[in-house]
Amino acid sequence: MAGSPVQVTGTVLTMRRVDAYHALTVVAPGIADRFRPGHFVTVAVGGPRTSTLTRRAFAVHDVKPDYGGTVELVFTVRGAGTAWLADRRARDPLDLIGPLGRPFPLPRDPASCLLVGSEYGAAGLFALADALQQRNCRVDFVLGAASSDRVFGALRARRMAETATLTTRDGSLGVRGSVVDVLPGVIADTHADVVYACGPMATLGGVTAVCAEFGIPVQVSVEELMACGIGLCMTCTVPVIGDDGVTRMTRACVDGPVFRGERVRFDDVGTIPFDAHGAPGGDRAR
Amino acid sequence: MPADMRTYLAHVELPNPILTASGCAGTGRELAPFADVTRLGALTTRTITMAARAGRPTPRMAETPSGLLNAVGLQGPGVDVFLARELPWLAERGARTVVSIGGGSVAEFSALARKLTDAPGVTALEVNLSCPNVEDRGRVFGRDPSAAGEVVSAVRTAARYDLPVIAKLTPDVADVVAIAKACVDGGAEALSMINNPVGMAIDVDRMRPALAAGTGGLSGPAIRPLAVKCVWQVHAALPGTPVIGMGGVTSGRDALELVLAGACAVAVGTVLFHDPYAGHRVLRELEELLQERGFDRLADAVGLAHRPSHRTDREESSL
Repeated sequence: MAGSPVQVTGTVLTMRRVDAYHALTVVAPGIADRFRPGHFVTVAVGGPRTSTLTRRAFAVHDVKPDYGGTVELVFTVRGAGTAWLADRRARDPLDLIGPLGRPFPLPRDPASCLLVGSEYGAAGLFALADALQQRNCRVDFVLGAASSDRVFGALRARRMAETATLTTRDGSLGVRGSVVDVLPGVIADTHADVVYACGPMATLGGVTAVCAEFGIPVQVSVEELMACGIGLCMTCTVPVIGDDGVTRMTRACVDGPVFRGERVRFDDVGTIPFDAHGAPGGDRAR
Repeated sequence: MPADMRTYLAHVELPNPILTASGCAGTGRELAPFADVTRLGALTTRTITMAARAGRPTPRMAETPSGLLNAVGLQGPGVDVFLARELPWLAERGARTVVSIGGGSVAEFSALARKLTDAPGVTALEVNLSCPNVEDRGRVFGRDPSAAGEVVSAVRTAARYDLPVIAKLTPDVADVVAIAKACVDGGAEALSMINNPVGMAIDVDRMRPALAAGTGGLSGPAIRPLAVKCVWQVHAALPGTPVIGMGGVTSGRDALELVLAGACAVAVGTVLFHDPYAGHRVLRELEELLQERGFDRLADAVGLAHRPSHRTDREESSL
């Protein structure tokens, strides 16, 4: 049952600050065993009588074999749910479901791989980098954020990768600008064969456009608001072109979050494209 | 001695009273890794429409205090794909399946009923009356007694005689009892309530509506008092009609509240997003609560709160 997700009550091992973010390590053996890079997990927040019913989804930064298997998540406090999560301490129980979603496909033969991430979305790229290096792939990083304290994992990226290019919007670290601005130069320098990207939709759209110019494949991990993370609620849909060429409103949680970049209609996110399967107008009834 | 949890929707016996609410259990397959769907009283499908529907644009979801606003827009592949791929999976496993149907016209409802009526594995049809009627300026069927009655009677006529028809009512009406009576007169053997009342949230950071569609259906514990009220009123007016109570049930206590108000079955919805195992947990908790209170049968607790206790000052509010 390698791919099948499980619901477990994990135990918090540590909660620490990493730059501007919180890093939470939970003992969750069933999830750690099944994890592959690109999977995500969801957490129930607010305790047993919670008033926040939607689960919070997080990329997995790392899994380790300690204590039967631990999972590390990186997050920032954005609202009541993540504030509750940031207050968890060692030995607190935590309701987790995972691993969820489609993981990153890995190249069969050694290739030069460029990993692009912005803010704490980059957390999901480090387990991928480990897996790629085990397959003798060259790994390069481009990490960006608004300011230097929000660039996640710069040190680790510098240590493990051939090159790590950093960008900040305010110029406080690395190149002033966004990850998309430096991407053409980095692709040319590193002779990248494939690009993997995590981050907000606008960034992923920009990365995909650059990769299309260079004619190299890109795998993107999308972020879309979701209530359940397991395919029930139908709220995390993204317009994605299928193998048959038809655009469908596709659930990011079960059919993603990893998609081939050129399949995602980034310009149409937040709309129902007129040619999507079942779009209004195609359906005479309503 | 555990209480007898069997319940009936018309003549159809369910082994226990816990269902999933429409649109909250996916196709059943998504729930299966976490909970055995065959152990539920029944699984209610998302609303099945004639043609494929892409639904509403995103964002489709906004969290509100003890609730969730959603505007999914009945996304689905249409009835033919449902019959080819989704229903057989449930039928093979022996899951009891209530199929929710929705359409833009009376004719579409009856066409759906005809397509589904002989499909193996359909336990009952649930008529989603919260669909806009394209033939009547988009007015929602469920807000008008005659339109609701007309749809239900069309479905009742099209469906096989032994397939129960359930009407799903919206609380967004002046008089839920009038709608309930019209549905029962139209041939509904059971009623399920409540569908999501319409709500809205505005993102004060973006200073725009939180949902792309503007308004959405409100679900979760925030609406439970509304559900209790509707079940109470309808059970008082139509004590012989089975009612499936739903709206913000997260625990056995919540389920018992609806049972005491008059529901003979209870559906869990939004809580499944929070905890996919919730249906089975609610069932176990309800069983324990009934046992603690000395009930031999679930049926003995249905509508019990209507019976006068020592004090009889329970007057209905003029509100």
